[in-house]
Amino acid sequence: MGPGRVAWPPSLLERNVERKHAIFPARVGIIFLTPTILFVVVFLLYPFVRVFLLSFTNQTLLGTTAPNPEFVGLANYQRLFDPDRWMRLGEFGSALEITVQFVVGSALIGQAGLGMLIAWAFYRKRGVLREAVFTLVILAWIIPETVVAFTWVAFLDWEFGTLNSVLDTIGLGRPDWLFDRPLHSIILFNSWRGTAFSMLLFSGALETIPPSYVETAEVVGANAWQKFRDIFFPLLRGHILTDLILITLWTFNVFTPFLLTGGGPAKRTELVSIYTYRTAFMGRHEFGKGSAIAVVMMLINLTLALIYLASIRRRRVT
Amino acid sequence: MNTFLARSWLARVLLFVFAVVIAAFFVTPLLWLITAPFNTQANLAVTIPSNPSLANFEAVYNNKFAMRALFQNNLIIGGGVMVLVAGVATMASYGLSRTHVPGRDVLVYVLILFSSVVSGTAAMVPIFLLVFRLGLIDTYAGVILVMTGGLLPSAIFIMRDFIDSIPRSYEEAALVCGASSLRVFRDVALPMVRPGVVVVAIWAFVNAWGAFLIPSVLLRSPDRMPASIASYSFYTEAGTPNLTLLSAYAFLYTIPVLVLYLIVNWRFGFRFFGGIKS
Repeated sequence: MGPGRVAWPPSLLERNVERKHAIFPARVGIIFLTPTILFVVVFLLYPFVRVFLLSFTNQTLLGTTAPNPEFVGLANYQRLFDPDRWMRLGEFGSALEITVQFVVGSALIGQAGLGMLIAWAFYRKRGVLREAVFTLVILAWIIPETVVAFTWVAFLDWEFGTLNSVLDTIGLGRPDWLFDRPLHSIILFNSWRGTAFSMLLFSGALETIPPSYVETAEVVGANAWQKFRDIFFPLLRGHILTDLILITLWTFNVFTPFLLTGGGPAKRTELVSIYTYRTAFMGRHEFGKGSAIAVVMMLINLTLALIYLASIRRRRVT
Repeated sequence: MNTFLARSWLARVLLFVFAVVIAAFFVTPLLWLITAPFNTQANLAVTIPSNPSLANFEAVYNNKFAMRALFQNNLIIGGGVMVLVAGVATMASYGLSRTHVPGRDVLVYVLILFSSVVSGTAAMVPIFLLVFRLGLIDTYAGVILVMTGGLLPSAIFIMRDFIDSIPRSYEEAALVCGASSLRVFRDVALPMVRPGVVVVAIWAFVNAWGAFLIPSVLLRSPDRMPASIASYSFYTEAGTPNLTLLSAYAFLYTIPVLVLYLIVNWRFGFRFFGGIKS
């Protein structure tokens, strides 16, 4: 459930020699794997190669360049990285900058921080309180994205929104969230939306810690912070790294804020994913330029994914 | 001893306060979805309707376009993705677990790497042109195939958890008795991994049910749009939403997801597939 992704377990990378013996001959295995191989080739490998080729053309959806795209060399990349204008709102550099702020704020601080806090608070606890909190956090994660976008528009509304009603009551005024603080709005929104993943990952990881470690620390009188620093953190370092890399990767590609702000106002929440969408699927449908953006995004994804694979491989060796 | 008691009492109070704050943060944005659908004069405020009514649902029910989106298009797309993902992923993880195919490690590596790299809006640019070339723009099949491709790698991994947990001795016994490999898979292994197939199927269905980006890029005709896009039919041309109908529709659209979550939670426990076992 939840968003379409799950964390890859290190055990998936085990080599043949470490695994159990085969029951069937390889011939049978190939039959079982053929549909998957077809999907991988058509929907993962082919698009990856194709997007590189497209990024050197002026392909559009409509007009004369639709049927006969021309080779334009690096022109699309030059337009993206044009130093005179790329940091303006609505351009590539600005979109990258907004995305970095969004990833740091909503994923690394919001989701991972909140997720760790909740998992740690309910460590070795059972009961209604834990069930209620976990259920609500998971609900925020699994409800369809258009629905949560609608409820957040209502939640953040300047005049009627619940958030401003609460803030006004405790004397903090009524900020116009979606207009004056759009980036803060989508950071808050995405922290809310995605905390479940980190919370579940960390609470699962905490359960792997032998209770005797914690009991020993309690006997010698360690306080909560000391327990966290000297027991949990060192033992969970690998899980924390896994979580941070994966949520960075996913948040970098997330499109849902578009449903909340449409990238606006005045392109102030235009993430790279939204910039790609606007370039390739709205207005003039510039697939060539859109592909160049997609290539840069995929190279960033590739770097993060390779770091992730290297980190789990190293963990298995040590 | 008294200080110990005081500390544990304090810890309980602190935990309670923390839980209330967190629960409030996660539930308040959703309150509107619970109150507005039953309020015939709903605005963006959360107000408990003085006169709860089902009139909004009646009006939504009369919107043929939105109803077809929810009860026809969403079911076709969700059902197609569910069947394909569950079937293909079960076969693949069974094959990976029970045979030594040459190049298996490469396949797994490619699955992990490229499913992270080729995703989101970036992947939609080449995929749109691919689907266009296949003549599948504005078809259910195009949407179903693209969604299946995106969900498959994760589904294989979820499935593997279940397949690795069933004993091999039954399959080996059946083989010794002369059963064919297809028969061993269908009659011996499949009944044992049925919970896994159900979980993967529900997971795939829920993901397809809520998707916005893929259908918005690949579909054209209003007749085939799923509910995520049809929700916007409750906006006027000037861009102002009809909040009463929109909230009622969003409510109906969310219910299946909640029901499926409850079923999974109750039948299997909401097990998290997060690479914790290693």
